[in-house]
Amino acid sequence: MRSKRFEKLAERPINRETFIQPWPEVGLIALDSPLDPSPSLKIEDGVVVEMDGVRREEFDLIDHFIARHALNLDVAERAMNTPSREIARMLVDINVPRAAVLELVSGCTPAKLVDIVQQMSVLEMMMGLAKMRARRTPANQAHVTNRKEHPALLAADAAEAALRGFAEVETTVGVARYAPLNALAILVGSQTGRGGVLTQCAVEEAVNLRLGFKGLTSYSETLSVYGTEDTFIDGDDTPWSKAFLGAAYASRGVKTRYTSGTGAAALMGHSEGKSMLYLEARCLLVTRGAGSQGTQNGSISCIALPESLPGGVRGVLAENLIAMMLGLEVASGNDALASHSEMRKSAKLMLQFIPGTDFITSGYGAIPRYDNMFGGGNFDVTELDDWYVLQRDMQVDGGLVPVREEEVLRVRERGARAIQAVFDALGFPPITEAEVEAAVTAYSSEDMPDRDKVADIEAAQRLLDGPLTAIEVIRALEEAGFHDVASNILEMQRQRVIGDYLQPAAIFGDNFQVLSALTDPNDYQGPGTGYRLEGGRWSALQNLPQAWDPRTYLESLGAARDRTWLKEIGPAKRGDQPEVVIALGPAFGAQIDRTIGGLDHRDVLSAILQGIQDEGVPARVVRIYHTSDCAFIGYAGAQLSGSGVAIGIQSKGTTVIHRRDLAPLDNLELFSQSPNLDLDTYRQIGRNAARYATGQPTTPVPVKIDNTVRLRLIVQTTLLHLRETQQIRRDRPPTELCLS
Amino acid sequence: MPSHTIHTASGRTLDELNLKALLADELTAEDFRISGETLRRQADTAEAAGYRQLAENLRRAAELTGISNQEVLDIYNALRPNRSTYNELIALADRLENDLAAPLTAALVREAAEVYQVRRILRNP
Repeated sequence: MRSKRFEKLAERPINRETFIQPWPEVGLIALDSPLDPSPSLKIEDGVVVEMDGVRREEFDLIDHFIARHALNLDVAERAMNTPSREIARMLVDINVPRAAVLELVSGCTPAKLVDIVQQMSVLEMMMGLAKMRARRTPANQAHVTNRKEHPALLAADAAEAALRGFAEVETTVGVARYAPLNALAILVGSQTGRGGVLTQCAVEEAVNLRLGFKGLTSYSETLSVYGTEDTFIDGDDTPWSKAFLGAAYASRGVKTRYTSGTGAAALMGHSEGKSMLYLEARCLLVTRGAGSQGTQNGSISCIALPESLPGGVRGVLAENLIAMMLGLEVASGNDALASHSEMRKSAKLMLQFIPGTDFITSGYGAIPRYDNMFGGGNFDVTELDDWYVLQRDMQVDGGLVPVREEEVLRVRERGARAIQAVFDALGFPPITEAEVEAAVTAYSSEDMPDRDKVADIEAAQRLLDGPLTAIEVIRALEEAGFHDVASNILEMQRQRVIGDYLQPAAIFGDNFQVLSALTDPNDYQGPGTGYRLEGGRWSALQNLPQAWDPRTYLESLGAARDRTWLKEIGPAKRGDQPEVVIALGPAFGAQIDRTIGGLDHRDVLSAILQGIQDEGVPARVVRIYHTSDCAFIGYAGAQLSGSGVAIGIQSKGTTVIHRRDLAPLDNLELFSQSPNLDLDTYRQIGRNAARYATGQPTTPVPVKIDNTVRLRLIVQTTLLHLRETQQIRRDRPPTELCLS
Repeated sequence: MPSHTIHTASGRTLDELNLKALLADELTAEDFRISGETLRRQADTAEAAGYRQLAENLRRAAELTGISNQEVLDIYNALRPNRSTYNELIALADRLENDLAAPLTAALVREAAEVYQVRRILRNP
């Protein structure tokens, strides 16, 4: 036997996901594996001889690296002797500043870090994020890629992403050899949208480094680190090679951020039976020990794996928090597809969105999911308005600014034309007018003409192997009349020489102002402190193009009205014959002339009258002045009716059939969902009222129920009711009306 | 960091890095390279703010400013697992220290050689 409800539940998007019970021995456990070690640290003569239960002789690569580089041994003893719960409480205590926590935590081993966050609920961890993130001002990062690796589309999309406020734009490739052209396209595009957007192209390390050397990229977050020795070796690196690589990028003025996340070791088959969070804590200490200014973590591409397990999403939040406790910039995940369920996806996002992180997503798809070459795209270009609304709902800065369509079209065209000019000047395969035009309005790469892939790849190789650098790009742009774009790219090169953006959590604000943990340190210490979305920024974030001025709606109601069809003929008297009184709201057919459903008041009244007449019952029409409430309008009508039966109708169309002997808020029939009422329904309302008036058996009028009506039209309802209420004259008795 | 103190790796001042000079073909990619001196100052700044490991990284970076792109890539590859023998890494460290004025990087390589030997991720000679 199957329950129809369970059948429906089984069809829900959430049940397309996989949920498993923990299996600690193979690392399929989010937190708290029985094989996780207890925190311990022994230091002899300034050398770590035991860490988390492992003696120095047994250290693996990662233990060795952490013991030598990651721990601040001066505070280690104090840190390890402080109860984990006490440090957890410091994380949420507004009286303890971030710096005090950073200092103490710098002496903690991986197991100690895990033990601290294990004391905390998700809510407390969010409090921790608000205080511990490095940069005061939160930001966001975009993915810009497409299946055709189309340079004009990449440039246009990067320009739009920059305009929308993304502080970093990241691209990658489907075919590895395209990398130099993709890096070039998003560099040119992003600097068209806003000067100072950092860009990177995620490819193999050696190519990545060469792109950085050429000034085509300004940051790199491809430096993966792993929580077990075997995974590290499978990744073809060691903590030492990664540390060297980090220094290599910095030596060319390129910002770097390491990347790691829960689930990677289990996925690669080398978990050693440790929990995902414990292994991630090791990754983060390697990251800090190597001298990276920050990390991209939050499970990243493995997110579905911790999500299959109990507590997985909590664990992912915990890893963000541990990274921040280590003083690292955090680009906090939310990039890879995290759920089929919109509810689950959004709920997960809130853990980072509400407290704010250095980059709330480490890649928001500023393109359609179809074109996302990072393998997913948790959020994409079609969900941008949802993001804007969430910012506006909660007064939270998610790093994005609402934009106007015409502005977007303008920067997209300029971005596409700029890359066209660069391709032309460098002798790359031409970008045609048709390609530029397609890129301006494109939704996805399906809207773009195909290009000669062989020729593009050949040009990409020339760019990588030859002497061309950002200098030739700047010259090409300046000579083609793109002075602002040329100036922005030049300034990016100058910033490489200055190096202020190598400091933790650095991005460029307006006019290349560096915002980092040093220039814009997070000073959150409870209500009234830290980053607050207010002033001009709050105005900008609430200014959605879809938002309208409610005053204009009321003004539009007053236009083009013919008020002559309803004439007042004197005070309404109480009838003594069988009849139906139709009681109109104060504004009906006057200050308001149609219902919220768009029905002309004349047609509505005619339909009701027709219904009454069909039953052979006389009708009178009166206007009620002393109230705008539907029940009281109907009640007032009923007091005047010879039969005691009346129809009360508000201008927005809400209707009641009332009877004199009922309490004011009681009724015979109520039609509250006025947008669903059509003229036939009004006619039936008239008929039923007539039947009540003559004492005949009456079946209630069937009505359509649509529960989204209130959601869609509550503002219009409010405004119409406001207009009606403004017409109330408390002391004025009901008036008899005749129809002309 | 006040801009008047900054020189590029090639010895130019920031003010010289302008569009006019670029269009006159007076600038090369070398002129847009950060200098070791600037990186060391950034390291001091990071250290003073409590970011000790970042400071160490920037000091290693300062040493690498004088090393060619190709050699940087070669050193990176030498440090990858199972790429080098112990003696090769020690020789690399010596060269970094003695010929390339990179003692901090040399120490990192030397340390790697010791650990790689214990963990058996050296290339067999």
